Order: sequence, then C-alpha cells, then structure tokens
Amino acid sequence: MENLLEVNNIHTYIGQYHILQGVSFTARKGEVTVLLGRNGAGKTTTLRSIMGLNPPRTGTITFKGENIQGMETFQIANRGIGYVPENQGLFSGLTVEENLKVAMKKQDDRTQKKLETVLRLFPDLKKYWKKESGHLSGGQKQMLSIARSYLNDNELLLIDEPSKGLAPIIVEKVMNFIDEMKEETTIVLVEQNFFMASSIGNRFSIIDDGKTVASGSMKDLIGDEFMKRKYLGIA
Amino acid sequence: MEQILNLIINGFATGMLIFLLAAGLTLIFGLMDVLNFSHGAFFAWGAYVGVWFFSLSGSFLASLIAAMIAGLLLGALTERFIIKPVYGNHTQQILITLGLMLVLSEMLKVFWGPNQLQAKTPDLLTGSWLLGDVIIIKYRVFIIFTGLLVFTIVQLILKKTRIGLIVRAGVMNQEMVQSLGINIKRIFLYVFMVGSAMAALGGALLGPYSGVIYAEMGMEFAILAFIVVVIGGLGSFSGSMLASIIVGLTGSFMAFFVPELSLAANMLIMLVVLMLKPEGLFQR
Repeated sequence: MENLLEVNNIHTYIGQYHILQGVSFTARKGEVTVLLGRNGAGKTTTLRSIMGLNPPRTGTITFKGENIQGMETFQIANRGIGYVPENQGLFSGLTVEENLKVAMKKQDDRTQKKLETVLRLFPDLKKYWKKESGHLSGGQKQMLSIARSYLNDNELLLIDEPSKGLAPIIVEKVMNFIDEMKEETTIVLVEQNFFMASSIGNRFSIIDDGKTVASGSMKDLIGDEFMKRKYLGIA
Repeated sequence: MEQILNLIINGFATGMLIFLLAAGLTLIFGLMDVLNFSHGAFFAWGAYVGVWFFSLSGSFLASLIAAMIAGLLLGALTERFIIKPVYGNHTQQILITLGLMLVLSEMLKVFWGPNQLQAKTPDLLTGSWLLGDVIIIKYRVFIIFTGLLVFTIVQLILKKTRIGLIVRAGVMNQEMVQSLGINIKRIFLYVFMVGSAMAALGGALLGPYSGVIYAEMGMEFAILAFIVVVIGGLGSFSGSMLASIIVGLTGSFMAFFVPELSLAANMLIMLVVLMLKPEGLFQR
C-alpha cells in the first residue's frame, strides 16, 4: 500500500528542550495510523512538527513524495493536510457557522454536501448554528473541531486526542464520525484511550521519551501483552 | 447648558481622532501580537501630507486621500522591513518601533522644516451652525461623521467579508488560521497597512481641527491611543471606539474644568481598568 506520509528521524526542539529525538513512522493511504504513548512522550509535538507549527531541526517529512519540512504551516495545510489540535483550536468568539466558514476554502457542491453530512451526524451544530463556539459544551466543541477539518478535501487528517475529557456517549459519536471519515481520508490519530485506538486503527506507532520505539499492525499490538504493559501501562 | 453641549461635541470629535489612531493599534496588537510604538508617526505623517497636499491641490478630499495613501505605503514598508524580522519578540519590537518613531518624526522636519505648520480648514467646513443658543462648529461635526463612517466601513468589512472573518479568527487563534491553509502573514500586511492608513487619516483630520501641526504631535496622540487600547481591550475594534469616546469626553471636560488634570484623568481611568478588568472594559 502506498505511503502517503513519511516521517523520518525528526528531531524537534521547543526553546532549548530537545523534545523529539528521533521519531519515524509512515501513514499508508486509506488507513488509520495511531500514535500511542504515555503523556509527555512527544505525540502532540509530532503532529505539530508535521504541520510546521514546531518545525523539526533535522530529519525529513514527506507527503505524497514531496518534502514538506521547512514549509510554512499554511503551505503544508494547502497540500491537503488537515489538523484537529488537542485543545480543538476553535475561534471562541466566532459562531459555529463562522468557525466552519473560515475553514471552507470553496463554496462548491462537494463542500456543501460535506457540510450536510456534518450537520446530519452532529445535529447539535445545526441547533447552535448562531451560537459562539466558546459557549458550547466540551463534546460540541470537539464535534465542531473535527467537522471543520473535514469540510475541505484533505487527503490526510491529523487528529490529536479527540476523546480527551469527553463523556462516553460523546466519544462514541466522535468515533463514529472518524470511522465515516476514514472511508475517504487517511488519518493519523493521537489517542490515549487504547480501546478506541485499537478499534479504529489499522497501524500503530509507539512514541516513548521522544523516540519511536515500535511500529506495526494494530492486530499485532492487541495480542502483544508485553508491549502494552511496557509502553502503554496496560496490564 | 450650551457649554456642556459644546464640550460633548468637542469630546466626541477628539474621541474620533483618537479612535482612528487606536483602532489600527489595537488590531495590529490583537492579530499580530506586535507592539507598534511608531504608530503615532503615521498619524503625524498623515497630518503633514494632508496639509502639504491641500496647499498643493486645493482639494481637502484629495488631501485626505493622499494622507491615507501615504499611510498605506508607510505601513507596507514598515511591516515588511521593520516589523517582519522581529515577529514574536516584544523587546525588539518596542526598541525598533520606538526608534522608527523618532526617525519618522525627524524626517518630517527634514522635508517640511523644524517649525510648526499652519493648517487651514476648507471653506466648506469653516464656520458654525447656530442651534438656539448653541454654536456648533462645522468641522467638529465633520470629524465625528468621518470617524463614524470609518468605524462603520471597517466594522462591515470585519463582520460581512471573508477577509474580515479571517482577521477576527486570527485575533483569537493565529496558529489555527494558518493550519486551515490561510497565509496569515499576508493578512498581517493588509491589517498593518489599513491600520496605518487610518492613523494617517486621523492626522490629516487633526490639522484643520487644531490649526497647527508639528512633528511630535504623533507621540502625544499615541499616548492617548495606548490608553484607549488598554481601556477598550487589546484586539477589540468596537472596544477601541467606545474607549476613544470615553477618553475624548474625559479629556474635553477635564480640560475645561480642571485643565492641569486633563491627561491625568485618563491615566487614572486606565489605572482603574487595569486593576479591575485588566483585559479591558469591552473585551469578552
């Protein structure tokens, strides 16, 4: 299967701190690759490095065979990479409608259909269409953030901990949506919730202390008790 | 009563001039996180270009347009060559923009001489209306209308256009705007240019209002504009309008009743706001 994204031995610093010390993984087209690891392992920084928000000092990142390392964030996004950050990255003073409109680069039929899909799956967004996103509940904010990344024709979506702090029923809704999105988009997902990660992911990469320590098929990881205990703290 | 009404009109007119300076300042800080201490110099340059072009062309409207064009150009050059290299570094921004303020003010003296220049009021706007016992000076009303017009146009752009939406989103979360594929740096340039043009328009309007212009006037008005930005809330465009009116009215009344405390009163308001609502009165 074709590699859509290749992250090769990246080293990223934040200030003087050497956060990523050799992260490598690939995301294959049409699959969900899950980045696993303990808190502070470097998963979020990895996504931010791919987006150019914390550009790596060394290593390479290629998307569809093109080296995107060193490009500006907006150029990387325009190559077809969408990003759902851990804190949702909503524009809190803008309404639900405006948050979605900022993201909509085109106003064509396809975008309109995608918008209809989003509103069908997340009817709350329609209900609170004119409400400022800062006043939404945690679950509604997450739905809006994911919906926003879906509206454009992104070939790759980077989603950072979509289940964090959400009630189980909301997590299920978000999961269903990600499941629907993976039919048309390749996804790199950072997720602490192993149950969610294992049910949705095709492949995994474990990051520990800023380094990739293991990668492979999710099926293999599910059966590997040693790996789960050592790196994910799952007994 | 007539005096009170006149003080109110005067306060509103001064408030509009401060607004034209403060609005750009607050948007530039809110969106770009840039502390621009040279903003007052654009105001002074607007005043000089306005007076110069008015004497040259005889058209007051053309002089206002010329001042705005000068502001746009100065804004573009400043953003590209002075501000761009120091994005993200407040200390360097303060130092370099303070330096630029001095350079631009001194350059005015190089081009137009060290003395004050007289600024004429256009014939159409000279004189006053008499409403009962109240004398209303035409030019002050013109300033108020111009300020409100600019406020309405910019507000419409911010609320009704895609670029306005992006600017508002950028004030809230710059990283996310870029992550959505939008070149925020280009938006920075546009906002900086528009902010500078508004300041220059304010300067060009001040000339006939005060009768004389001088190179240091930008610095003096910039102090009031910074007070407005703090009271109104960093990045709040409507807040800068309301705070400008407060500062203008306070200045107008204090200048009449206790002239020596005119600036101090506004400083005091700023201090109270900083203590009670440091994010600004009109910032949510």
